[in-house]
Amino acid sequence: MSPEAAIESLRARIQAIESGNRHEKSTLPFGVASLDSKLPEGGLALGALHEIAGGGSGAGDGPAAALFAAGIAARTKGKVLWCLSRPDLFAPALAQAGLHPDRVIYVEARNDKTVLACMEEGLAHGGPAVVVAEVARLSMVASRRLNLAAEKTGCLAIALRRWSRAKDAAEFGQPTAAATRWKITALPSAPLPTPGIGRPRWRVELLRCRGGETAVHELEACDAKGRLALPSHLADGSAAARTGRPKRRASG
Amino acid sequence: MAADRAAQAQGVRIGMPAAKAEAMMTGLALRPFDAAGDGQALERLAIWICERFAPIVAVDGRDGIVIDSTGADHLHGGEAAMLDTLVTRLAAAGITARAAIADNRATAYALARYRADPCLVAPPGHGSAILAPLPVEALRLPGETAGALRDLGFQTVGDCLAQPRAPLVKRFGETFGRRLGQAAGWLAEPITPLSPPETVSALRNFAEPIGAAETIARYVGKLVVTLCADLERKSLGVRRLDLICRRVDNRNEAVRVTTARPVRDVGRLTRLLCDKIETIAPGFGIETMSLVATLAEPLAPEQKLAPLADAIHPDVDSLIDTLANRVGEERLYRLAPVESDVPERAVRRVPALAPETGQSWRMDWPRPSRLLGRPEPIETMALLPDHPPAFFTWRGVRRRVRVADGPERIFGEWWKRDAELAAVRDYFHVEDEGGERFWIFRSGNGEDQVTGSQRWFLHGLFA
Repeated sequence: MSPEAAIESLRARIQAIESGNRHEKSTLPFGVASLDSKLPEGGLALGALHEIAGGGSGAGDGPAAALFAAGIAARTKGKVLWCLSRPDLFAPALAQAGLHPDRVIYVEARNDKTVLACMEEGLAHGGPAVVVAEVARLSMVASRRLNLAAEKTGCLAIALRRWSRAKDAAEFGQPTAAATRWKITALPSAPLPTPGIGRPRWRVELLRCRGGETAVHELEACDAKGRLALPSHLADGSAAARTGRPKRRASG
Repeated sequence: MAADRAAQAQGVRIGMPAAKAEAMMTGLALRPFDAAGDGQALERLAIWICERFAPIVAVDGRDGIVIDSTGADHLHGGEAAMLDTLVTRLAAAGITARAAIADNRATAYALARYRADPCLVAPPGHGSAILAPLPVEALRLPGETAGALRDLGFQTVGDCLAQPRAPLVKRFGETFGRRLGQAAGWLAEPITPLSPPETVSALRNFAEPIGAAETIARYVGKLVVTLCADLERKSLGVRRLDLICRRVDNRNEAVRVTTARPVRDVGRLTRLLCDKIETIAPGFGIETMSLVATLAEPLAPEQKLAPLADAIHPDVDSLIDTLANRVGEERLYRLAPVESDVPERAVRRVPALAPETGQSWRMDWPRPSRLLGRPEPIETMALLPDHPPAFFTWRGVRRRVRVADGPERIFGEWWKRDAELAAVRDYFHVEDEGGERFWIFRSGNGEDQVTGSQRWFLHGLFA
């Protein structure tokens, strides 16, 4: 047996052991070839826990991370359970990312612990297609429990990390049982030939990926159906627009 | 015939022929006697008392209600206060009632009808002496017996009690003997309680008090099975379920669970109740557990569609109930659109299982994914009247605005508040040099002080 074939067969065996109690193995592709190629099996694994955090100075609130999660949820079918402890999510923005208000059920818990308990409840039930939880701290034990619960029912679990203290932000470096870990940072948008704001642009960092490698992408934010896109460099090179002072756009 | 107080003041007497009464009084309203209707009304009244005052209540004869107030009077501030409340409430409903409390049912019957005006509480341990001055009719005797007693010179209960019993019983029959015994208090007279027909419940007594959580969970499971069988017979589903655990020290521990839709599923109800077992403090042990469906709604069996064409989405109802009982019903919601341009009013909370409307917000202007609870003031440098700021400082960080979009002018909703008559907000969508985007607004149109303070605020964070 050639070394490649041996490694392949070993991989298959490991996978068979790992997915012993997995409900159904499938993935949710992003539809961006360069991103999907970095993920094992070409997409975000359903029935697994994924971690998303915001980057940059807005890390505490993570508006981009929330919208990234909404975009993923928008591309699934079925109900979405969104567990949070600070109700500052603005639902019209989620609707603009393609997540219809009829699909989202919010659970407002008093603290992180209850948020995680509600998330596990939702994952173990299996009714919602996606369970999103906004938490500051996520321990190894908690993440493993969530991952197991997700594996059993095939729900997509998203832990949206947001914190208000620097100490909690440092904890993001600790390992968890999540299948992937993402960091979404806002980038300056491409200048438009006219005054005004273009489609937002994100640096999508895949910090950790089980069975895959890390990657950094520069992508355009979710459209009205929750799809990311490769940036179009059509507007590039317009030096005047880049340096020019923002002008009033005739609108309103 | 019966007569009310106004008619009695005019000389109409109970039992008088109708023609005679009509001759005595003008404007007399005569209504035919409706035995069935009266009985039903009395039963409804008894159920009302059962729900409000004491658990053991029954209809007594054609004109009375008997209540076992043991263990219930303290809830209303004592026996006298309870009677007072009861009679006052009945009077408010247009019912003239008289009430008495005594050690046994026969005495209470007699006192309520012959002594109470309108309330009377007999001193505890009164014995049969308290009945002595009352007429023989107070003993609840069949009509001819009372007449026969009077013919023999027995006018009061005291006369009967003073005589040897055996000859009297031989002369007037077994019923008379039993009534005498009940009046004297040595013959028990149990009440068959009326139960509100719509309440479905299950009860379990334990020979040995139980306390362990696992044991409680096991018996909850058994009670739910009984209850669900009962519910199924009546085609009902539970909306609110109370588990009442009576401890050996006579205290009750209660657990209440609610569901969004009627439920009759054994597994689901057991799960909901077992989630709350940790809130029960068993103390020295629980000796009685009862499960009461305090709110039940019709639930007809329905046929499940076979998943032929497309995969069905699993039902989230049971998840909703579990979570609602964990975090509270008001903390579980969906957000629905409201026709309002003011951002903080554009969102309304609806119950998680409210019917889906298919409505969404308007998509023509971008909205931030995080909206601050209240707009935070920022320091800016901007050209008036309608330029976005060139710089702004928020939470101590100064940011240079690279590109901006706007203004989006939002007018106050004068039909909601007078103060908003002239109010205006100009929203700008700005991006700083790092690419972060903010939703800021100026209170006012930049020219006229009437429209707002002209100060700048940050209201939301874009993705």
